[in-house]
Amino acid sequence: MVKRIVVGAHYGLKDWLAQRLTAVAMAIYTLLWLAIAGYYGSVDHELWQALFANTAFRVATLLFGLALLWHAWIGMRDIWMDYIKPTALRLTLEMLTVVVLLCYAGWLIDILWGAR
Amino acid sequence: MRHRRSKSMSSVERPVTKPRPVYLNLVRIRLPLPGIVSILHRISGAALFLVGLPLLLAWMQSSLASPESFDAFRAALANPLAKIVLIGLIWAYIHHFCAGMRYLLLDIHQFIELKPARQSSAVVLIASLVLTLIIGVRLW
Repeated sequence: MVKRIVVGAHYGLKDWLAQRLTAVAMAIYTLLWLAIAGYYGSVDHELWQALFANTAFRVATLLFGLALLWHAWIGMRDIWMDYIKPTALRLTLEMLTVVVLLCYAGWLIDILWGAR
Repeated sequence: MRHRRSKSMSSVERPVTKPRPVYLNLVRIRLPLPGIVSILHRISGAALFLVGLPLLLAWMQSSLASPESFDAFRAALANPLAKIVLIGLIWAYIHHFCAGMRYLLLDIHQFIELKPARQSSAVVLIASLVLTLIIGVRLW
């Protein structure tokens, strides 16, 4: 085990912790889904819409989406950092990742609260 | 493996800096089980971001829009190719979930000795495959 002294800025501890906390949040939401699936069995369109009409469920889904966005950002950033050595290409891919994730967030909000 | 190492340690006439082969050749590296679980955790995570997220959002949107689009969505899922993609994504989610839980346990110093670490990685690998198989059979 490496004993490191975690001092100074930009050590990555915040990202490391955020990745774990968002993982726990997503795991709880996954268990909520399993509970719903176990309770109702099969799903028709009426039930499906009623589920997403529930504000608490919408908010929980939005929180899951935001946790996923943050979690995916850290994970994809790690992958780009490990395998893409040219700085310009890596920064481009990182920026694209951020843009795509923000677009997905907008799309999710539109699905959840947009006019139907 | 442990046995072999202790044997080589006992040979005194070994030079201090022995030229060792460096296998960065991916075909020659034999990953231990925790290493396999680790790289699959990374691959499944990337797949979930690249394929899973856009598909999930598109499916969510079409399934919520109207009763007709909900039925169209169910009909699209009846396609064997769609089922294979869905089962692949379900495996990716379950494997990423289970391997992630194992990392959370490692973070709080559970199963960190060599043997428990290997056993827990085997549990993750097998459990996610079995769960995927069960869901896959029910889905088909």
